[in-house]
Amino acid sequence: MSFHPNDVQRRSRMASGFIAIAIAWLTMSFFRAQVVQNEAYSLQSTKNRLREIPLIAPRGVVYDRRGQVIAESVPGYSVSLLSPSPDSLRATLRRFATMISLSDEEIESAVRRLRREPNRPTVVLSDATFDQVSVLEEQRTEFPGLIIQAAPKRFYPDGPAVSAFVGYTGEITESELNSPTYTGYQSGQQVGKAGLERQYEPELRGREGSRFVVVDARGRVVQAANAQPDIPAVGPAPLQTNIDLELQRFVANLFGDSLQGGLVAMDPSTGAVLALHSAPTFDPNRFIGGIPKEYWDQLRNDARKPLYNKALQGVYPPASTFKLATSVIGLERGLVTLDDRMPQSCTGGFYYGRYFRCWEKKGHGHLTLREAIAKSCDVYFYQLGLRIGLTNLLAGGVKLQFRERSGIDLPSESRPIWPYAVDYFNRRYGPGGWNPSVVLSLAIGQADNSQTILNMARFYSALATDGSIAKPELVRRAPQRTKIFALTSDQMTGVREALTDVVSTRGTAASARIEGVVVAGKTGTAQHHEAGKPDHAWFVGFAPYESPKIVVAVMVEYGAHGYMAARLATKAMSHYLKQVTIAPPTTGD
Amino acid sequence: MIKRVVADWPLVLIALLLSAYGIASVYSAGQTEVSVGYVTVAWKRQLLWFGAGIVGAYIVSRGSVRFYEWIADKAYYLALALLTVVLVLGSGAGTAASMKGWLTIGNVRLGQPSELAKLAVVLMLAKVLSGRRAAPRAMIELWLPALVVGVPFVLIMLQPDLGTGIVFVGLFFAMLYWSGVSGLQLLLIASPVISLILAFSTQVWAIWFVLLFFLVYRYKPYLIEGVGVMVANVSMGILAPILWESLKPHQQRRLLVFLNPMEDPQASGYHVIQSQIAIGSGGWMGKGFTLGTQKRLAFLPEQHTDFIFAVVGEELGFIGVTIALALFLALFLRVVRIAGRANDSFSSLVAFGLAATWFVHVIVNIGMTLNLMPITGIPLPFFSYGGSFMLTCWLAVGILVRISSEGRGRADALAI
Repeated sequence: MSFHPNDVQRRSRMASGFIAIAIAWLTMSFFRAQVVQNEAYSLQSTKNRLREIPLIAPRGVVYDRRGQVIAESVPGYSVSLLSPSPDSLRATLRRFATMISLSDEEIESAVRRLRREPNRPTVVLSDATFDQVSVLEEQRTEFPGLIIQAAPKRFYPDGPAVSAFVGYTGEITESELNSPTYTGYQSGQQVGKAGLERQYEPELRGREGSRFVVVDARGRVVQAANAQPDIPAVGPAPLQTNIDLELQRFVANLFGDSLQGGLVAMDPSTGAVLALHSAPTFDPNRFIGGIPKEYWDQLRNDARKPLYNKALQGVYPPASTFKLATSVIGLERGLVTLDDRMPQSCTGGFYYGRYFRCWEKKGHGHLTLREAIAKSCDVYFYQLGLRIGLTNLLAGGVKLQFRERSGIDLPSESRPIWPYAVDYFNRRYGPGGWNPSVVLSLAIGQADNSQTILNMARFYSALATDGSIAKPELVRRAPQRTKIFALTSDQMTGVREALTDVVSTRGTAASARIEGVVVAGKTGTAQHHEAGKPDHAWFVGFAPYESPKIVVAVMVEYGAHGYMAARLATKAMSHYLKQVTIAPPTTGD
Repeated sequence: MIKRVVADWPLVLIALLLSAYGIASVYSAGQTEVSVGYVTVAWKRQLLWFGAGIVGAYIVSRGSVRFYEWIADKAYYLALALLTVVLVLGSGAGTAASMKGWLTIGNVRLGQPSELAKLAVVLMLAKVLSGRRAAPRAMIELWLPALVVGVPFVLIMLQPDLGTGIVFVGLFFAMLYWSGVSGLQLLLIASPVISLILAFSTQVWAIWFVLLFFLVYRYKPYLIEGVGVMVANVSMGILAPILWESLKPHQQRRLLVFLNPMEDPQASGYHVIQSQIAIGSGGWMGKGFTLGTQKRLAFLPEQHTDFIFAVVGEELGFIGVTIALALFLALFLRVVRIAGRANDSFSSLVAFGLAATWFVHVIVNIGMTLNLMPITGIPLPFFSYGGSFMLTCWLAVGILVRISSEGRGRADALAI
């Protein structure tokens, strides 16, 4: 071995140099990690140890036009768990299940929620009862990750009376979380599922706050304080609607439990929806916090379909109420005047290819248009329809917006049915598969014509004003008006007078007269295909005739006679008008 | 009559400082919010072992260097025996949980034979290398040193203890270098291992092979040797995948994770990611002694053993780290100096071998905390909790004190 001092010296220096370089390299690496990358690592270190607990924000209050509450938040409780792992969560929930009732399905869905969002506390009960909360609070020390918070709960003071438009809220589902409409939402949060709650979800939703807790490597809460300060939750501005809650309650009462059908009441000049009702109703309060299965089954199995909104979703042949549309089309084209009679007088029926009946078997005699409206003579309108002609009638209907949805600010409005042109029949039934006599049926509001109650209210608000419709709005906004027909002022006056005759002793809705108010409107009896059941009853009208403040459209399923619907409508109008004169709305009309 | 022993006080001072630093760190490692069992009081045991180490160092320093030389082969064979026994009877601990490194009787962990082996191999190798007159010309003359290291190496790798294996490789090359083997020769000897490591990529390996060819040509070995080296390289290249398969899955994962910790952030990569977070978030001054959040909340695993330096990094910051590294640097340089001034070749080799052993431990352990080295489970001298290691480190100090005092040292004397 070469241990000559010089060699040793050289090797000594080389070794020392090598060692020094290695240590320097380590030092530089530490410098890079601790000084240069300090911020990034500090952030990681903080993320490791802090967990965010969301503070639930209250949902916006919904008011009617006078400031009465339609929907609000009441105190409730939510129970969540900060769990390090799905197994730990399952074990803890099994222990819970012995104290408060928790089904296996609820446990598993909580575990799924944890898997989806492992860094948020897992919501176990979004709407816990006071009893459940007390039981858990007693055992709090056994469950360090337990979080019990005030969770505002939705409440509708009028319950079933407002169910047709207010909707309800529920916990966000997994498929909703996946959809782009709900970006920024997290599991356990409440969202509007139907009605106003859903339509105005962005406006009604508050902003969540945050509280921070320190956790250890296993995700267990170490201490609640000494983390970052809370960020408080923020509730949104209240939502102001046009609804008149007094009227709404009255209407709900009118329908009661026995009737099926719907009602829409609007201000004809602004489009403000004053009341919207569908019967039978359901109680939206029972939907909050999860619908009990029995109630849901009961609603689904009810043959009267309480969950089907008759005012918005139901489409029905408008029947005789449509005769006003036929009249307007004819008047506007100059094909008829209010005092014109048709070639054939009504003797109970009319022959065109086949025999078309009038509802009055005895016949009405030779009527003017005015009288035909008041008495709802089918034979007159068959002939008027022929005079207008199928093509022009269809075009007229399109112009009067009978193909369009009203555009009300609620989800699930159905699209009405009206042929866009003659071609519709060719396409639908084949070129030889239909008969031109369909124009007769269309003229009296049957055949391929199905409208929503809302649409009919909309049309009649044009009759109540100057031929303009306003877009129906539940929430106050500047009105949007569109002119759909142009008649001379004489024609308008004449039409309106004819409509008042309907609700007079001479008309089909004589029994619906109310004292002190002149109501203008039209009845209808719509045929349907269900054997053995009476026809649907329509009435659409407005009051007071001199300067209309309210348009009401009512449809009573299986009501048999139009005056059944008319009576409901006029009572509602009268109630509203009394309120208006006695107690004008405080929030500006 | 107490013979005055000249002690190398800078060395002892540095070792004392490092031990104090280390024990304080172990104490801090036990200060957590989360219950960590025995770790909270581990520092007390460490203190005891430290005491035992001091005593042992003193005793050892009373023995003469010739005594060490005499005992070298006995210790060596004993170490081999124990290493064999532990393969049959042994159990594991810590990050080396699946390895058979510990001798246990009942539930009491006695010690790791590999600790003794390190010391014994240094002594034995020094003895073998110092027995030669001149530097070896042919590689083949190195068969005996290779065997001396190779046998325990194989036994160690059968546990399998990759970390200690690396230590053996390191001290083998270091001591060969110190004994006069030229750098080029060393490179050629090391070439099969380099080949093994580079075999993961055929192109890289091919470039290496060409380079090797030039080196062999330059070195002008005997034909057989030249061919032998090339063949060894080729066979390593071929063996590489086989050896890879023979590693246990978690060790494979460890190596993969070393290359990219984010590949498995929950399990294998977790340790090193958390360590880096702990260290990186320490900044200049650290979060304060015992106040490191990563450690306190149990995010940092093995904080009292393998990752103890991460505790230093998190709590005492870059300043604390630099002080520790400076102390280690001083230690190494001091020992190299002792090796350079040693009386005879045996002492010189022992000293250098001990320096190399410590050096590898420090570089690999500290490097591991920053993901510069794969996780191998070797402890940090004077820091990591572990009685047998603390003891052997201080025994090494004792040996070095003796070598220093018998060497050509001057006024670096302190009478005991």
